[in-house]
Formats: sequence, structure tokens, C-alpha cells
Amino acid sequence: MAQTLYTKDHEYVRVEGDVGVVGITDYAQNQLGDVVFVELPTVGKAFRKGEQAAVVESVKAASEVYAPISGEIIDANAALEDAPALVNEDSAGRGWFVKMRVADRTELDGLMDEAAYAEFLKTVV
Amino acid sequence: MRYLPLTPDDREDMLRRIGVDHIDALFADVPADKLLQAPPDLPRRKSELEVERALSRMAARNVAACSVPFFVGAGAYKHHVPASVDHLIQRSEFLTSYTPYQPEISQGTLQMLFEFQTQVANLTGMEVANASMYDGSTGCGEATLMAHRITRRRRAVLSGGLHPHYAEVVRTQSAMTGDEVVSLPPDVRAQEDIAAHIDDDVSCVIVQSPDVFGNLRDLAPIAKACHAKGALLIAVFTEAVSLGLVEPPGAMGADIVVGEGQSIGNALNFGGPHVGLFATRQKFVRQMPGRLAGQTVDAEGRRGFVLTLSTREQHIRREKATSNICTNSGLCALAFSIHMTLLGQTGLRKLARVNHANAVKLADMLADAGVEVLNETFFNEFTVRVKGDAASLVERMAQAGVLGGVPVSRLLPGAGLDDLLLVASTEVNTNEDRAALVAALTQ
Amino acid sequence: MLNNQGRPTGAGAVAENAHARETFTRNRGLAMEEPLIFEVGRLDSTGVDIDEPEPFTQRLGKHARTAPIDLPGLSEPETMRHYVRLSQKNYAIDLGLYPLGSCTMKHNPRLNERMARLPGFGDIHPLQPVSTAQGALELMDTLAGWLMELTGASAVAMSPKAGAHGEACGMMAIKAAIEARGEGAQRRIVLVPESAHGTNPATAALIGYEVRAIPAREDGTVSVDAVRAALGPEVAALMLTNPNTCGLFEPEVVAIADAVHAAGAFFYCDGANFNAIVGKVRPMDLGVDAMHINLHKTFSTPHGGGGPGAGPVVLSPALAPFAPAPFVRRDGSAFTLVESAAGGQAFGRMTAFHGQMGMFVRAMSYMLSHGADGMRQASEDAVLNANYVRVCLSDVMSAPFGERPCMHEALFDDTWLKGSGVTTLDFAKAMIDEGYHPMTMYFPLVVHGAMLIEPTESESRASLDLFIMTLRDLAFSVQRGDVERFSGAPYHAPRRRLDETRAARQPVLRWTKPPPADGSRIAAE
Repeated sequence: MAQTLYTKDHEYVRVEGDVGVVGITDYAQNQLGDVVFVELPTVGKAFRKGEQAAVVESVKAASEVYAPISGEIIDANAALEDAPALVNEDSAGRGWFVKMRVADRTELDGLMDEAAYAEFLKTVV
Repeated sequence: MRYLPLTPDDREDMLRRIGVDHIDALFADVPADKLLQAPPDLPRRKSELEVERALSRMAARNVAACSVPFFVGAGAYKHHVPASVDHLIQRSEFLTSYTPYQPEISQGTLQMLFEFQTQVANLTGMEVANASMYDGSTGCGEATLMAHRITRRRRAVLSGGLHPHYAEVVRTQSAMTGDEVVSLPPDVRAQEDIAAHIDDDVSCVIVQSPDVFGNLRDLAPIAKACHAKGALLIAVFTEAVSLGLVEPPGAMGADIVVGEGQSIGNALNFGGPHVGLFATRQKFVRQMPGRLAGQTVDAEGRRGFVLTLSTREQHIRREKATSNICTNSGLCALAFSIHMTLLGQTGLRKLARVNHANAVKLADMLADAGVEVLNETFFNEFTVRVKGDAASLVERMAQAGVLGGVPVSRLLPGAGLDDLLLVASTEVNTNEDRAALVAALTQ
Repeated sequence: MLNNQGRPTGAGAVAENAHARETFTRNRGLAMEEPLIFEVGRLDSTGVDIDEPEPFTQRLGKHARTAPIDLPGLSEPETMRHYVRLSQKNYAIDLGLYPLGSCTMKHNPRLNERMARLPGFGDIHPLQPVSTAQGALELMDTLAGWLMELTGASAVAMSPKAGAHGEACGMMAIKAAIEARGEGAQRRIVLVPESAHGTNPATAALIGYEVRAIPAREDGTVSVDAVRAALGPEVAALMLTNPNTCGLFEPEVVAIADAVHAAGAFFYCDGANFNAIVGKVRPMDLGVDAMHINLHKTFSTPHGGGGPGAGPVVLSPALAPFAPAPFVRRDGSAFTLVESAAGGQAFGRMTAFHGQMGMFVRAMSYMLSHGADGMRQASEDAVLNANYVRVCLSDVMSAPFGERPCMHEALFDDTWLKGSGVTTLDFAKAMIDEGYHPMTMYFPLVVHGAMLIEPTESESRASLDLFIMTLRDLAFSVQRGDVERFSGAPYHAPRRRLDETRAARQPVLRWTKPPPADGSRIAAE
């Protein structure tokens, strides 16, 4: 069963078996404004937790997206190339960035669950 | 002082309003022992007439291209610029405006840049062009960095026909970052086998055509060899008028095209300001340096233009920007664009044909006079072998009132090419000019 | 609203009217709509008269152009009209106050244009024999001398083409000097304050340095303690803007320079704001090792819609030997040009040829006109004007650093806009309707919703007073809750707000032929 976890940098990872679907949260897309471009890593590349894995751009800002967990990229959301607006419209769904193979399940323990992230947001707003 | 509107009374009033009694109270953060108590040790202000006199005296010590038979090229070319070009670029709204960061009140500059980008793209046969670089040589440096970003490799191979100043700019920059540069030896007759130097570590190959010796080069096989190894071809030109007659790099497979645009619309200016042209393929656009104007609509749905894709640039990306470049060569790009608009393809073709015809005529005259012309092919500039030292010959010709070309030794000192002379002939040269050059050269 | 002739003049009413009654041409009186040249030009039309050459045997080999050029031409009258119409869609210094902080939009004297166009300057070739360009070299040498006198430097590299290019040049000289000391591998880091212009970190990265940020102090300046804490044997240089991007002179600059030197590093000063202190203080006296000078800011060469600029770099004695080629040498009354970097310690070459001669002439003309006394006065007037604006607006807008005097630009933040529904951007766009170019917005980044106003010394008292009254009137509108004046602004510019998101999402960077009018493209989709 899928479980969604969050980082303090406003990335989420939805764990489905040994695959993690990674994107940015609704709060993050709201802060960024209209997303105009997403630079995604190539499939096959491996990242350690916390490494820069993608860049998301609005008109006036470029923000780095860090890998919330360690692992290899097994898929990247090609739809974002033509429709970066998906990140704004449906960040948790069709606006996902990459799918990663979960390399170390213990890393998941360090992430926030939905309730904890909601609490965390109260501290940043 | 004629440029300063405040009167002494204004100043006193304003200081009072601010609440200080002396201007230096506003400079309170400057350490007292560093604050100058009097103006620096330089001359006092001058009237317009006095300034004009002083500068005209200096200008008179120079020999202007328009005043003599003139054949100097090698990266900057003497062309006729229509009077309307200079008039238009002096319009206050073009001359005294800033970078178009407020698009609602900068549509003039933005639309012009959009038109310029289209002109450059079509001229070079490429898909997209930026809003210009400082000049061709710095554009060449930027193109090298761009190729390194795209290929994630760090070795550039420089043709021996590349303008030596351009090569030096690339080498200087690469030395700073530890990137590798392979510079092929001077290739006077376009005989080098550059493909032999392309391997899996090569990021880009930089080839100029017409090259610095005037030869035209076939870029298609080089592009093919590059692409077979995953490298990029950067094509360079220093004479934009050549594109009216010579196959453009885009049609031969170039990935990035950089060129000097001075020839169209811009004066020689002793080397600057000039205008760098920079074009590439659509798929590389996010790795391109420099400003870009793009089309959009306003709140009422009317077409308009804005600077776009600016997340590539230093003011947003800071140390991760594609370049530290911040200005373009706006007014020179405007001059280029106006002249290009006046020419159109019809005028450009004719202008290019006249240039080529004049150079051919001169080459024939020189050959008839027994001077060896080294080039098989050329556009409006070629290399000749002279008796003895070309630099002293050029000096002697100058004393005789002919500016007869560029000695290769000036660009490549110590290369053992002291008897070679680069000679350019454009539409400005008359039959009398050519006769004067032949006479001076063969004396 | 009624004016004193009793006729309606309400801005809203006019705008609605205009919108309701669209003209046939889409022109609005003198505000002309202008198509692209590709839409009006013709491929067989040209605005130049060039005769075909007599028949000759071409020497192009197999390289003749087969690819289409596809560029239309226009006759001269059409060309004039096209560009004059375009020009009328631009704001300009010659039209009004242009308070762009850090950009220095001062008057561009026309004498300078005339001087740059003298054939003896404009129509000379960089590679003609130096014996035929002695006056050009004399001018470069004279200008270099003035720059050295004004900054206290012992050398100047003239070739950089703009400010950012000058930064690269200065930092390359620093890198070369460090390598000559054998510390190249060790010193990998360049310190840059958070408040710095984006070019600083971009430049440091461009030449292979790692950038380390120095936090800004609450009062907008850099503290010597923060610099000391960041210094170490791995630091190559500090890049500091002074006067800084908040419009303040760094009070601890001498102590900062001493600390940098004590740590074996160099002090690069971004000279973008040199115009505030010309003739008042010499940067080299403060311990600066290298500084670029934006001739297009401080010495008023025209900005030209975004260039060309010019960025000579002054150097301390420690860096002077590493200056790039070419450089001018004076030998009595004769001048020579050293064009090769080979043999000496010069680090290489920044560009083809010798620099922005056209800008040198203009800057020289500006300097000769002003003289030492006029340049000092210009700096003082720039500072005076900025402080006058600051004081006259301080009761209606919020200044992040309180009543502290500024240098040549006054910085406000958006605290005073909080809860009003008006943002810094909205406020700026409403200035456009009043006939002003907005100030610099959202920079420096260290101040929230920053508005950086640089009036320059070119403004008269009356011009400043009208500007101040206009901003006060706008501020009162904010207080009254008249959000509409801002949220839709500009209403009266050639264009309303433009959709930048659309421009970035689907970039259209060039004109392409529209699809045939019969709709076949749509059918094909």
C-alpha cells in the first residue's frame, strides 16, 4: 500500500513497493508560481539522498529539487516537457517528477508523514 | 556645469530638507582620512568647443579608412553604412533606454531584438539566435563553454584557420577552468585534417569559414565527424556579408554558430563596439548564453514581446548561470538589424557579389603583377606572399598613403609566416584604390 | 471627476471608452501598432542601390550559398517609419526620469556621440599600422591615466567589453597572481556577500572558483567579523560592491581589506556604483586590488537598450603585471601597442582587438567636459538627489535601514505595502501610467520587496519634486485602498502587462511563416 512521505525542502516521495514516486508538494508549487520548465535527470542515473536531482523553474526563479531518498532513477515524467503546468495543476498526481528505486528503506524513517508535514508547514508560513 | 541642473541655492535648500549642513555629512561612512578634501589632480571642466578641439586634435592623428585606399580586414571590415542607420540608432528612445526589463514600455527594443534574432537565424541557417553577444571573439568563448555543458566533456579542438585572437580568448578562458584546448597549427591553405583529432573526449571543434586566411571551408564533413563522436561543431565567421553568397553553417550541420556582425550596420570603431552573433539549434536553447526576446500576449490579448528564459541568466541563477553576461550589444544589434532590413536578401546578395567581384579583381591584378595569391577559394579577403617582411611592407605602404592589409605576423608573431599579408577588398574599393595597392605592393 | 473646464477626465472612463471603441487600424492616435518586418517586407525589395558587378569568374569553389536567405527588405521610407514607430514604444532618459537603481540612467551628452563619430575615431581599423593610429592610442592612454588618477590605481586593463567582462578580467588577474605564487591549487574559494549582484557569483564560477556566501548584516552592510570568519588559506578573493547594492558605503571597508590581505587573499571591488564617489574617495586608497568601471554608468556612455557597455579594470601594483593583452605603451610622444601576451606574465586575452574604443571616446569626452571639479560635483549631486528623494518619501514608504543616509540610491522595502493588496510590482507598474520608468524592483535580494531608486545627478529640483509628489500620490492611493490603480496597471502604456509565463512555457524566439490561410494545418492536426 502506498505511503507518502515529505522532506523539509517540500519534496514528496510516494512509496509503492520498492519504487518511490518523487515530486514537489502543493505548497511548493504554490510558492513557485507558474512552473515553466522542469529539468529532469536521465533514467539510469543514481542519486544519494539530498543530492540535487532536478531543477524546477518559474519565470523569475530556478529552484533545486533534492532526492528525498537514495536510489536509481527508473522513470522520468516526459509529460512535463510539453506541459510543465501539470506541476501547478496536479503536483501530487500527474505532476510527478521521477520514479526512483528505493535503495535504503531506513532512509524513509527520517521523512515526515502527512500529519507531520502539515505541522511543519505551520512553522514555515 | 552644463550637465548638472541643480543650482547652488537648490543644493543648500535640499541639504536643509535632508537635515544636514554639509554634503560631506552624507559621506559620513567614508573613513575621514580617505575622503578627498579637494578635486583630484586633473584638468578643470571644459566647454563643448574646447572638448571638441582637444578630441579632434587626437582624431586627426589617425588615418581614417575613408581617406585612403583601404584593404585592412582580418576580423573587422570597412563597409558603407547607409545614412539612415546612424540616424535611427541615435533616436533618443533607442540610444538612451536601458535593457527592456519593463516590457510594457520597451516594446520598441524588444520587437527589434525579436526581428534581429530572426534575421541572424535565417542568415546563418540556424533555428534560433540570441539577442547578441559583445563581439564574435567573446561569443566564441561562450560557445565553447556551452558545448562543454551540453556534451559534459572538456576538450575543444581549434582549427588552424580560426582567427588567432578568437583562439586566444578560448585558451585564456579554458586555462582558468582547467579545460583542455587542442590548437592546430596555422593552416594557411586549409589543408588540415581536423577530423583526425576528434575522439570520445572532444566536446567541440571550432572552425572558421571564411577562415582567417580567407579560405572557404566545407563544414559538412567536419560536422559529420563531430556527430559520429558525440562532439559539437562550432562554426565561426568574422565577415557577415559573406553569408549573402557563401553556404551558411546551418546548412552544413553546425551545432552552434558564432560570428562577428560588425560588417553589417556598424563602423570599424578601432575594434569596438562590435556585435557578436550567436545561433544554435532549438534543442540547445536552454544552454545558450545571453538574452533572448520572445513573443507573447498582453492582458488585452495583443501581441507583445518580453525577455524570456531568463532563469538561465546570472541575475537569477547566480553561480549556476549559463554565463556571467549581463549586457548584450543592443545598439550595435539595432544597427545590424536596420541595415539588414534595408538590404533584404536582394540587397545582401548584391552587396556580397560586389565584395567578391572586387576581391577577385584585386587578386587577378596582383597575380598579373607577379604577386603570389595563396588561396584556391575566398570571399572578400585572401592571403598573398610578399617579398621580405610583410609588416615593414605594410608600414612602407602606409607612408605612401595606402593601408594595404594585415601582416600575418601581427596576429601570429613567431609563427614563421612573416612574408604573408592578408588583403581584404570590399564594396568601398575603387579601381583607383586597387591600382594604388598593386603599385605600392610591387614597388 | 471633472476638470476645471467641466469635462469628464476620469482615467477609468477614458480607458473603458478606448477599449469599447476599438479603431480599425488598432492604432490609438499617435500610438501606432507596428507589424514585424517579415510581415510587411518583400523578398524582392531593397532599400539600397547596389549595381550588379560586371561578369567575373567567381572563386567560391563549391561553397556558393544554396540555402535560402528568406529575409525581406524595405525601402528607406518604409524602414524609417518602421523603426521610428518602434522607437516610440520605448521609455528613455530623454523622455523622463529613469530611476533604475544600480543602473545609473544619467543624461547622455550628445557631444560625446559627435566625438565618437569623428572619422579619426569611428572609421579606423584595429589592425591598421599603429603609426596611423597614434591619436587613438593617445586617447586610450589619456583615458587610462584619468581612470588611474580617479581610482588611485597603478594600471588599467582597457579591453573588457562590459562590467561583467571586466569582473572576469579582474578575477582572472587575481587567479593568475595566485597561481604565480604557487597557491593555485589551495585557494579555491571566492567570498561573495548575499547582497551582491548576480554577476559576481556567476563570474567567480565562470573562472572555476567555488562561491561561498557571506551573510548580510541587518543594517545592509557587510561586517568585518563575518568576512574574517569566512577567510582562510583556501580563500582566493573577496568580491565586494562598494558603495554596495543597498546604496550604502561599506563603513568597515578598510578593515575588511586589511583582513582579506592578512589572509593572503585579494579584494575585488565591483565598481558598478563608482559614480557615487568619483572625486570624493579613491577605491585603491581603501585597499582594493582590482575594480571594473562601467563606463556606461559612471561616465555616461549610452545604455543603448542593453549595451554596448565597456568595463576597463583598474589594478593594484600586485596585479598589474598580470593584466591581459593588449596594452598601450607611451614612449615620449609616441605610442606602441603590445598585442601579444607571450613572454610576460599577462594572463592572456579577453577579446579580439583593443576594447570598446567607441565608448572610450564618449567617456573621455564626458570626463573632459566635467573636469575634476565637475565629476566631483556630479557625485555629490547624485548623492544629494538620492537623499532628498529618500527623506521626502520616508513618511509614506518604509526604508529598511531607517534614517541612515544613502549614497546615490535610496532603498525602500514593501513593509508599508503589507496588507494593502498592492505589491512592489503593482506599485512599479502604476508608475508607468504616471509617465515614469519604475525603479529597480526586488533587488537587492536581501530586502523584501525591494525598491531601489537612483535619480542620478541629471535631475533638476523641479523634476525631483514632481517625481516625489507622484510617488506620494501613489502612496496615498495605497493608503486609501485604491487597489485598482495598481492591480491592472499599466493602463496607458503601449502594452498592458505581458504574459511572461506563456513566453517561457512555449518559447517563440523568432518569426516563422504562418501556416497557409486555408486552415490545412489545423486540418492536419
